Amino acid sequence: MTEPMRHVDIETMPREKLEALQSERLKWQVKRMYENVECFRNRMDEAGLSPKDIHGVEDLHKLPFSYKSDLRDYYPYGLFAVPLTDINRIHASSGTTGKRIVVGYTKKDLDNWADCLVRMLKAIGIDKSDVIHIAYGYGLFTGGLGVHCGAEKLGATVIPISTGNTSLQIQTLVDLKATVLCCTPSYALYLGEEIERQGLKDQICLKMGIFGAEPWTEEMRKQIEAKLGIKAYDIYGLSEIMGPGVGCECEAQAGMHVWEDHFIPEIIDPETCEVLPKGSVGELVFTTITKEGFPLIRYRTRDICQLNYEKCECGRTHVRMRKPQGRYDDMIIIRGVNVFPSQVEEVLLKVSEGNITPNYQIVVGRENNIDTLEVNVEMSEELFADDVKSIERIERTITENLRSMLGIGAKVNLVNPKSITRSEGKAVRVIDNRHLV
Amino acid sequence: MIIKQLSVFVENKKGRLLSIVEILAENDIDISSLSIADTADFGVLRLIVDKPNEAKAALKEAGIVVKITDVVAVVMEDAPGGVAAALRVVYDNDIDVEYMYAAIGKTTGKALMVLRPSDLEKAEEVLTKAGFGAVNPGDIYRI
Repeated sequence: MTEPMRHVDIETMPREKLEALQSERLKWQVKRMYENVECFRNRMDEAGLSPKDIHGVEDLHKLPFSYKSDLRDYYPYGLFAVPLTDINRIHASSGTTGKRIVVGYTKKDLDNWADCLVRMLKAIGIDKSDVIHIAYGYGLFTGGLGVHCGAEKLGATVIPISTGNTSLQIQTLVDLKATVLCCTPSYALYLGEEIERQGLKDQICLKMGIFGAEPWTEEMRKQIEAKLGIKAYDIYGLSEIMGPGVGCECEAQAGMHVWEDHFIPEIIDPETCEVLPKGSVGELVFTTITKEGFPLIRYRTRDICQLNYEKCECGRTHVRMRKPQGRYDDMIIIRGVNVFPSQVEEVLLKVSEGNITPNYQIVVGRENNIDTLEVNVEMSEELFADDVKSIERIERTITENLRSMLGIGAKVNLVNPKSITRSEGKAVRVIDNRHLV
Repeated sequence: MIIKQLSVFVENKKGRLLSIVEILAENDIDISSLSIADTADFGVLRLIVDKPNEAKAALKEAGIVVKITDVVAVVMEDAPGGVAAALRVVYDNDIDVEYMYAAIGKTTGKALMVLRPSDLEKAEEVLTKAGFGAVNPGDIYRI
């Protein structure tokens, strides 16, 4: 039985009405940011814009972009739109792509955030009878506390175990009978393998999992679902915009709803910066229209994404974002060719016919001024055979598929299982040894 | 006779072989024969041990990819022409040899060989019929 929605009127609001609401909120946000955020005011002035020029969402495209570098340039509090006395909590991003950044939330921001999560939890059928095992990192990272507060607000039983100590995690899952697991997808897969290895699968009570904070594929979803015997839901978020829950799946598992009464997403061409027609693939951009403490206008996420405005079978009208297909920042240029880790993943999943844990690592180097590309692939019992020929055939298939997918040659190395660094937070997929400036 | 062989994936890294045999030693596993097939990138280590199932479990526990493969143990005269006579039987019956290696047995005056044929049952049958089979398991696993 589907749970009743958190805010039926908002979640199923017809688009016209939703846009009217967005317009009001956008105007409010632009005005107060112009008054309170120096960086934004300067950019508006440079563009010859005043808050009066913004009449609604139709004028969104006129507004200046904001960038990750702004968060570094105005570190720590330069982009806050309220005085620190009104800030209730601080989070910071670890900076997988650079220096640390800091964000802040007012009491109302925290309430809205928890509300977004409650909407999601209900949308996938979680209620207060559920026991939620949260193995996202707690602390400055938004993942742990973000989901935590939503789950608490829903009234569920929360186990704030945080990351690390796999044997304790498994013991806790068995003893405390969690029904929902929240962690990164790579860690979920790792937990699934460990549980299988220890023969504890029938002692796990999990029904579903909420996985995010790193890119993953549909094949990985199938593997997680099979290994743990659960439904695996996708969640999207970034600290700059809010944290986990900016986008999240409903039971239909057909894209992640973005709560448009709080955030306006756009898809732009990262080169020309033009807004692309609905349904195009491009860079995902967010505007926060209710955030008080740390609002951002047209924030460039660098995520490669696609938006679907069709009404969802769950009844919600809020736009659905596709799972990001990579990050413009993750793109590695090898011998002049753009390579995304997701492409390598696709090849490996195809070759293994969904049999093997897709654990791999891309190693880029440079020899005699020529870029080298190596892909380390973990061996598994399914891929292994007692004769050299069969293994060589697999190695060759991966190499050939990589060549046709990427357009350049790669050296494939088969390595021992679990020998590639699996961080309990984020998987290290690329090692670039070129040290180019 | 069909016997159990351990097939182990060996990553091309320094110390990998050593760590595998050390795990076996720690688990009190006795190796009676081994061979390694290697390429520039990796190797496949094949072992005949006294306790194949225990050995497999111990290696798997250590995160090593390992499989148990059925192979044929061939017993022949420890004299010139011994191997040739056995292989002649295999050849005459149109069976391919995937790989083979010499093994150490306890039967005096006899030599032992491990054979992985294209057709396991057939190879076993024809070799036994020709007098190259019939080995006491104890002689091979050294129990």
